Amino acid sequence: MSWLHIFILLPLLVAVIIPILYKKIARIHTGWFVLVVPLAIFVYLLTFLPMIAGGETAMYTFPWIPSFNIDMSFYVDGLGLVFGLIISGIGTLVVLYSIYYLDKGREALHNFYVYLMIFMTAMLGVVFSDNLIVLYLFWELTSISSFLLIAYWYARRQSRYGAQKAMLITIFGGFSMLAAIIMLGIMGDTFSIRELISQSDQLVQHPLFIPAMVLLLIGAFTKSAQFPFHIWLPDAMEAPTPISAYLHSATMVKAGIYVVARFTPLFGGTMEWFWIVTGVGLLTLFWGSLLAVKQRDLKALLAFSTVSQLGLIMSLLGMGSAALYYGGGELAHLHSMAVLAAVFHLVNHATFKGSLFMVVGIVDHETGTRDIRKLGGLMSIMPISFTLALIGSLSMAGLPPFNGFLSKELFFTGTLNAASLDIFRMETYGFLIPIVAWVASVFTFIYSIILVFKTFFGNYQPERLEKEAHEAPWGMLLPPAILALFVVVIFFVPNVLGEYILEPMMASVLPALVGQFDFHIEAWHGFEPELFMTIALVVLGIVLYLTLRRWIGLYNRMPRALSITNAYNSGLKGMESISRKITDAHMTGFSRDYLRYIFLIFIMIVGASLFMLDGISFDAGTVAHINMFEVILSLVLVGATAMVVFTRSRLAAVICVGVLGYIVALFFVVLRAPDLALTQLAIETVTVALFLVCFYHLPRLRQKEEGDGFNVINMLIASAVGILVTLVALAANGHRLFPSISDYYLDAYELAGAANMVNAILADFRALDTLLEIFVLCIAGLGVFALIKVKMARREKNENQ
Amino acid sequence: MFDAVLLLMLFLLAIAILAGLYRAIKGPSMADRVIALDLISIMMIALIGVVSLYLETEAFLEAILLLGILAFIGAVAFAKYIERGVIIERKRDD
Repeated sequence: MSWLHIFILLPLLVAVIIPILYKKIARIHTGWFVLVVPLAIFVYLLTFLPMIAGGETAMYTFPWIPSFNIDMSFYVDGLGLVFGLIISGIGTLVVLYSIYYLDKGREALHNFYVYLMIFMTAMLGVVFSDNLIVLYLFWELTSISSFLLIAYWYARRQSRYGAQKAMLITIFGGFSMLAAIIMLGIMGDTFSIRELISQSDQLVQHPLFIPAMVLLLIGAFTKSAQFPFHIWLPDAMEAPTPISAYLHSATMVKAGIYVVARFTPLFGGTMEWFWIVTGVGLLTLFWGSLLAVKQRDLKALLAFSTVSQLGLIMSLLGMGSAALYYGGGELAHLHSMAVLAAVFHLVNHATFKGSLFMVVGIVDHETGTRDIRKLGGLMSIMPISFTLALIGSLSMAGLPPFNGFLSKELFFTGTLNAASLDIFRMETYGFLIPIVAWVASVFTFIYSIILVFKTFFGNYQPERLEKEAHEAPWGMLLPPAILALFVVVIFFVPNVLGEYILEPMMASVLPALVGQFDFHIEAWHGFEPELFMTIALVVLGIVLYLTLRRWIGLYNRMPRALSITNAYNSGLKGMESISRKITDAHMTGFSRDYLRYIFLIFIMIVGASLFMLDGISFDAGTVAHINMFEVILSLVLVGATAMVVFTRSRLAAVICVGVLGYIVALFFVVLRAPDLALTQLAIETVTVALFLVCFYHLPRLRQKEEGDGFNVINMLIASAVGILVTLVALAANGHRLFPSISDYYLDAYELAGAANMVNAILADFRALDTLLEIFVLCIAGLGVFALIKVKMARREKNENQ
Repeated sequence: MFDAVLLLMLFLLAIAILAGLYRAIKGPSMADRVIALDLISIMMIALIGVVSLYLETEAFLEAILLLGILAFIGAVAFAKYIERGVIIERKRDD
């Protein structure tokens, strides 16, 4: 147990005492106590920074289930550490923000902070775990805590819908990832990510390589809201805004990005990985930016923008994986710039998107609405929020002097480099990549402008707002201000960040190229194509924004039935109705139907194994001699049986059952089983008497004596079962492999002092069976007694009433 | 020779049981069937006796006794059922 373990599990421990603090110290907002936790983790993680910048890594192992190779092994490298810093850093700001956002008296704060702390541990666990099973454990914990947080206001129907949707989709992805993890475990015979990566050369040849890759990517895509699994993220906006800012912009949705980045050294350099990751990323980027423009709700707009930006990062990771194909040299360096853009934008996105969500939360909190049709003219009323929103939005749009500009330029560089690839069949479709990216960036620009202008410019409409708008308290403004500060500072000193943070992250994503990165991020890099792309997108974006009214109607032409959310809803409904139909069709409630299934399945399994294993055999050598009178007795048996089946009178059937039993007793006599014969005779008599007793109590209505209707299917099933059992009996007789052990019991007199061998077996050699049979009879007797008594008592009660 | 005679007897008894079964199936009244069942029981007593001779064993003599009692009780039970509709009557004052 190292300090890292303690700090990762610290939020979980704190979660235990939060409810106590909430109940006992109600005077102070619980958030103040919680604030210490992420801050402590952040400060602790900062101490790793010099080590990581020096190119070192650290590994802390704590055995959990050593016999299954499952250890709590935490691995600190550039990628994990930066994620850890983002999680704990933004976590601190979000907790501070939530102290002012959530009311002490009205909200269930203990629930909120317990869920949040569980989430924080889960997320830290995901990014630091080296063991895949532990990674999966924390992964599912993020899904569950996110589910709890989305449905924090569980009285609202939309919250529950959003939580359920997020749960179903992310758990679906989680299971898919578990399958991938198991496959990886089989392939590499280890669950350690680092050991798997070190064997990546051999694993590429493995037949499970592609299935594991696809399943892992499904898990990563569902979590990171990639197309077509992005639909849960806009509905997750029903969560409180601090949660949206934290989980659904900065941390949890980046878990998928993390997994893709983490596994790039293993899967990267293959064509499938390149195309799936790049393609899905670009599609998500394009689709998310397209849909963000039409949103009326600020949080929904930010949700689609998050989807789009995550797609951007994802596609860059895909493009950067080409560097691993070359393994070194000039071209590898060229394509590794895409990974630089990815990790850079990842950091940038966490800063500006977190601050934007918090600003939107402030607007919501201080005006009572998030609808851009009702908002407007808030610039002079909320100047600080406006400034923060402007910084965040322009950074998101990719304009100088904000950090989004730098990563946007690097993104364009990456797409242009990728378009020039001559591997992976890129010559055919490669030119599409920069075009799609550029169009998506135009839409990104438009929705960023909409976000600021529709909210803060225009006319102030106090009559449409629920509250009178005013500036937020400083505690709410401070966290987004800190993030906005980063947005600006990173623009001016990107290379400090590059040295301490981005280079170690790249070293984790592209370990084959360690030591070859020499990059220098510059705001001005001459008249390159990227600059013209940016200028063109700004011009086109402004034109399109000014003519927004003319073409926004086009969105309504998009058929609603084709949307993915619609497909999800009708799919869910369809699954329910189909499963209900299936259940209704076979669970009829008639035991005759269930008996049919049982017998049919018996026929299928036994019959198939009998024929497929070639088990039919008949050994005439072991058959005893048959006497004529035995033949006749068998005929009586058959006749009585036929009579039972065909008779139209119940009483005749009972008599024939009696005949049947007596003849069986006779066979016991002929086959020399006197004890069996005695018992059989007595039991048969009692049984027939019981049948007669039941007979009398049949209700009058059903007393009409008619035989059972003839049913061809029943007959076929019955004959099939009969024939099959006969075949099995004959086959078993023909396959007698060992001599019987009954010779041992022949010495019953010497062994047990018993002349009667059957009784010696029953009461001496295997008396335990007899004891339990006695129990069975006792239970049956008590059961009959209880049934009759209960019924009689109920009848008396009814009569008394 | 003795064994052959015994086998012949068994054969004849089996045919008698078969004949009893014919009556049990054919009916036509319930009483016919009950009498047929009784007949089958008695034939079985005889058959068990012959089998005991054939197998040279005394193990089945209890079965003969038991069957004698059961055949009697069974016939009476059926008779009562046919006449009264019940086998064991409840007490009047219940």
